[in-house]
Amino acid sequence: MLIRAQIAMVMNLDKCIGCHTCSVTCKNVWTNRRGTEYVWFNDVETKPGIGYPKQWEDQDRWKGGWELRGGKLRLRAGGRLRKLATLFFNPELPTLDDYYEPWTYDYETLTTAPTSKHQPVARPESQVTGRPLDLQWGPNWEDDLAGAPERARLDPNLKDGVEEHVRMEYEKAFMFYLPRICEHCLNPSCVASCPSGAMYKREEDGIVLVDQEQCRSWRMCVSGCPYKKVYFNWSTGKAEKCTLCYPRIEAGQPTICSETCVGKIRYLGVVLYDADRVQEAASVADEKHLLPAQLSLFLDPNDPEVREQARRDGIAEDWLEAASRSPVYALAVRHKVALPLHPEYRTLPMVWYVPPLSPVMSLVEGPGSEADPDDVFPAIEELRIPIEYLANLLTAGDPEPVRVALRRLAAMRSWTRERNLGGEPDGAVATSVGMEPADIDAMFRLLAIAKYDERYVIPQTHGEIGLNPHSMQGACGLDFEGGPGSCGAIGKAKDPFGAEPLAAPTGGGAASNVAFLDFRKAT
Amino acid sequence: MTRVAREFARNAERSNGRSMIVLGAGTNHWFHSDLVYRAILQLVALCGCQGVNGGGWAHYVGQEKVRPISGWSTLAFALDWNRPPRQQATTPFWFLATDQFRYQRTRADVYATPLGKGALDGMHVADCNALAARLGWMPSYPTFDRNPLELTREAAEAGVEAPAYVVDRLKAGELGFAAEDPDAPENFPRVLTLWRANLLGSSSKGHEYFLRHLLGVENAAVRNTESTPEERPNDVVWHDEAPTGKLDLFTTIDFRMNGSALYSDVVLPAATWYEKHDLSSTDLHPFVHSFNQAVPPPWESRTDFDIFGRVAERFSELAETHLGTRTDLVAFPLQHDTPDELAQPLGEVRDWRQGECEPVPGKTMPKLVPVERDYTAVYRKWRSLGPLTEKLGSSAKGIPLLPTVEIDELRAGNGEIDGRPALTRDVHMCEAILALSGVSNGRLAIEGFRGLEQRTGTRLVDIAEEHADHRITFGDTQVQPRKVIASPEWSGMESRDRRYSPFTINIERNVPFRTLTGRQQLYVEHAWMLEYGEGLPTYRPPLNVLGVVGEQLSGDPTRKELHLRWLSPHSKWSIHSEYQDNLQMLTLFRGGPVVWMSDVDAKEIEVADNDWVEVFNRNGVVVARAVVSHRVPPGVGMMYHSQDRHVNVPLSELSGTRGGTDNSVTRISLKPTHLIGGYAQLSYGFNYYGPCGTQRDEMVAVRKFLGEVVY
Repeated sequence: MLIRAQIAMVMNLDKCIGCHTCSVTCKNVWTNRRGTEYVWFNDVETKPGIGYPKQWEDQDRWKGGWELRGGKLRLRAGGRLRKLATLFFNPELPTLDDYYEPWTYDYETLTTAPTSKHQPVARPESQVTGRPLDLQWGPNWEDDLAGAPERARLDPNLKDGVEEHVRMEYEKAFMFYLPRICEHCLNPSCVASCPSGAMYKREEDGIVLVDQEQCRSWRMCVSGCPYKKVYFNWSTGKAEKCTLCYPRIEAGQPTICSETCVGKIRYLGVVLYDADRVQEAASVADEKHLLPAQLSLFLDPNDPEVREQARRDGIAEDWLEAASRSPVYALAVRHKVALPLHPEYRTLPMVWYVPPLSPVMSLVEGPGSEADPDDVFPAIEELRIPIEYLANLLTAGDPEPVRVALRRLAAMRSWTRERNLGGEPDGAVATSVGMEPADIDAMFRLLAIAKYDERYVIPQTHGEIGLNPHSMQGACGLDFEGGPGSCGAIGKAKDPFGAEPLAAPTGGGAASNVAFLDFRKAT
Repeated sequence: MTRVAREFARNAERSNGRSMIVLGAGTNHWFHSDLVYRAILQLVALCGCQGVNGGGWAHYVGQEKVRPISGWSTLAFALDWNRPPRQQATTPFWFLATDQFRYQRTRADVYATPLGKGALDGMHVADCNALAARLGWMPSYPTFDRNPLELTREAAEAGVEAPAYVVDRLKAGELGFAAEDPDAPENFPRVLTLWRANLLGSSSKGHEYFLRHLLGVENAAVRNTESTPEERPNDVVWHDEAPTGKLDLFTTIDFRMNGSALYSDVVLPAATWYEKHDLSSTDLHPFVHSFNQAVPPPWESRTDFDIFGRVAERFSELAETHLGTRTDLVAFPLQHDTPDELAQPLGEVRDWRQGECEPVPGKTMPKLVPVERDYTAVYRKWRSLGPLTEKLGSSAKGIPLLPTVEIDELRAGNGEIDGRPALTRDVHMCEAILALSGVSNGRLAIEGFRGLEQRTGTRLVDIAEEHADHRITFGDTQVQPRKVIASPEWSGMESRDRRYSPFTINIERNVPFRTLTGRQQLYVEHAWMLEYGEGLPTYRPPLNVLGVVGEQLSGDPTRKELHLRWLSPHSKWSIHSEYQDNLQMLTLFRGGPVVWMSDVDAKEIEVADNDWVEVFNRNGVVVARAVVSHRVPPGVGMMYHSQDRHVNVPLSELSGTRGGTDNSVTRISLKPTHLIGGYAQLSYGFNYYGPCGTQRDEMVAVRKFLGEVVY
């Protein structure tokens, strides 16, 4: 056993209101610049729908992620030989049309237009060509089932008979929002796809990053990622992706998408896992066994043996303490209400989702229904939609874990409602879903009440590992050679504590700073 | 519906009244919005939900009402220097000023019950409005067909008190009301200054009528025909030729080049929220927030505070030679939460013009209040807190709040000008608002409750006692949003363990509701209400618009068209019209104006998702992209409200001009009973009670846009 710690995320889809604040703040912080106009590290999709880029979930077409071939785990897009053969033409690379052609407007017209017969208007124009653009697709074209009657049937999750039950009719409409970032997988196929070794998963927190200096623009990561969450910056010619806002995470702060989430749907916490068994878990024969296999990798942070081994593997004490309070571990492992996105891609994703109870409730409470809204269990058992849809999304088609999660959420609802009304909740409600009353209370607290510091339990990065902290003392602000912020550290022969001197930044200061914060490279 | 009703009632029963109806502004747009309100009030009352934390009527409308309302209204309306202010209900104002009344096809009596007594027989809606003006029900500015400064001069020359002079002239028929001849040039509104509003791009119900009649835009897309002679008003003068371009000067203070700014003569660029100091709060949220200057206002922009200050300064300079000191005469309507509510008792309508009573200001007609105005002193007064602050106090729903020590505190904190507390900086203004409001000043809250105790004979001071020493300053709000204090300005009982919920004071402490009966009152015995059969809340369907104005299709037999009910809900991508032109917001949906429609309807007129469509009727034309979705019920067309027309709007095939806003196909449809005033709770209160700008019962035609998309 080799224990590693990862900062993982859970999103509670029941509370996502589809406001896209996460997308906007992420865009403003990370991809609001030349070369990344079309890039949304975080996007929010309306389901059913085809998403961004179009039909990203269709791996028959994109060949992202892994597959079992001859009992062995292999990249779906082929191994090194095929990579070599397709090095200069990668047929599985999405084009701009699959994302969208980014646009802007000639806003200047509004202030500079001369007196004219008609009111001035700002016209859309392409950010790629600068020419007027007839808008046909965008990063969120399907919001709230917009255009769904024509297009939602192409949603790759509508398969295995589910499509027969989904009706694009007013009275039978169901939908929910799916916010997406990089999954920061335990078994990342983007990393495995990179011919240059530019992509890596950080040992200390599991964040998957692209080394901008190593990237050689092959774009195999773009096609290799089944979630299509690695993008190509056409201006720098490098791959870019969600960084899980690592500069914030290192400081113990949540990602910007979490920080600004209006619905408070996001949770961040430490998960301890057995790194030695990752390959084995990703290689189980039956896709439906991938969820239990991944769960079996996660280690109980309160188990003394686990803690002892973790210490031996170099995990700091405060990380163990944080792991024991991890909301992610609680929701995914203890309460079993959070599920991974498309485990069948075999990448062992680390952004999990609490399935939405609301579409179930709206069908139960919808027109013509006679079901009792205080007792939705029978409905959860009977409803094929949206349970099977959710299963195709979250459990490789196995409806049982989805049912378990939804029944637990419904039990929590009924339990807390009874107490809210002054009654004594029936303990049988808890036992009927395999929980103790105290578990339900804990889960309720986490899902409904939890404040900032309970939703985001993020230990700070230990900056002292692999680097002499003295060498960084005072090295901030005006840290060019001879500048007041360098405190003499830069360009000095040797610092008084014996550390090697820092090199003066070369070229773009920003790039150097990134490397500076990334202590994996400093070792 | 039955099922929801049963669940609502069952839940109320099980939870002791914790069933809630959250009422949004959407209902206010329906012609029978008052009935919708009353039905909701009745429902929560019958289920025992009103005044219960977690239940009752959550009135999610009018968030422009601010928590620190006493201090805010004192300063916003200059009540510290002059009273009363002139404040107008906008619906009747625009109904006349934009000549929408000239296109009214139904008379007020069409909604009458067969059992009615004929109280509204033969009246045009503009007649109802003229009556409301002369009876003091509603404010109506300009009030007379002559300048009030001239009226007071004439009175002085005649040696008569101005109010008596005016009553005399009115009786003699030598003075008229402007509302009785809105198209006479002397009654036009001439100068419009727009601030914190996007009138044309957002709130102008009947947008194209605004363009044509108010602004004189040549190619406004009104396609309507005016009332026939028999449909025209009786008491309001009809000019054969409708005026166009009534305004002389249109100024907008904004930070966006939006639909209003584009049509303005002058645009004063304003600072945004992050470039100035200000307070933010609503009546619904229990916190006061600050705005702070993260960066200075860029380029030529100034804070609102600076802009008004500069305008006031220059105005005062010019007044030295132009106006000097004059006596104004303000016609002030019968006010909510004052003894005026008893002015016209028994719900009877008596018109002095018809000789049914004598014209008595403040009783059978508006109050007539002479106000001395030193126009040269406007800037000086603007810079300091006036003496009426502590002399008259501020009135919170009829309960006076009298500041005492607060004046000295403000003097010490803000500094002095002419011996008064200074208001020379925006921060001073914020401090004054917080000091003069009960919700942010425990001492005033206690004072207010003491006053309410005297009126009700019920112990109330204890509600605010735990906050006696509490005093929120602007500095406090800069650290973090501050929770407000329970105060008689509102009706909740906030405390350490309790949030605001309306009417809890009324229910738990037996403070009378501010109705005629002092109770939650469902029955309203006003002659006009009874005439409509609406003594009790009842269901009335949306207006049968097509039945009155006829079908709205283009008449081109080669085109597939159909009628839709026109809804304009709030947008997901903007706050009203704000942010809608932001690139991120536009990128996150369809990049411009859209109309949502059902796939069933779209199929019928061969419209595919994202096709351009034209939406039109007699009022105007919209050009937008169709969003086809099964989430929209058949028969409905939805365009986000406040979709301005300055981004990605091509020219219309039908009108040949720029496609319109969501309000290009609407028109104000004023319900006469909304004009009732001077009768108990049906009395005018600024931003509280008055006619709704109802435009939502409208029907539109929609068709696929087949021409070339030309901007």
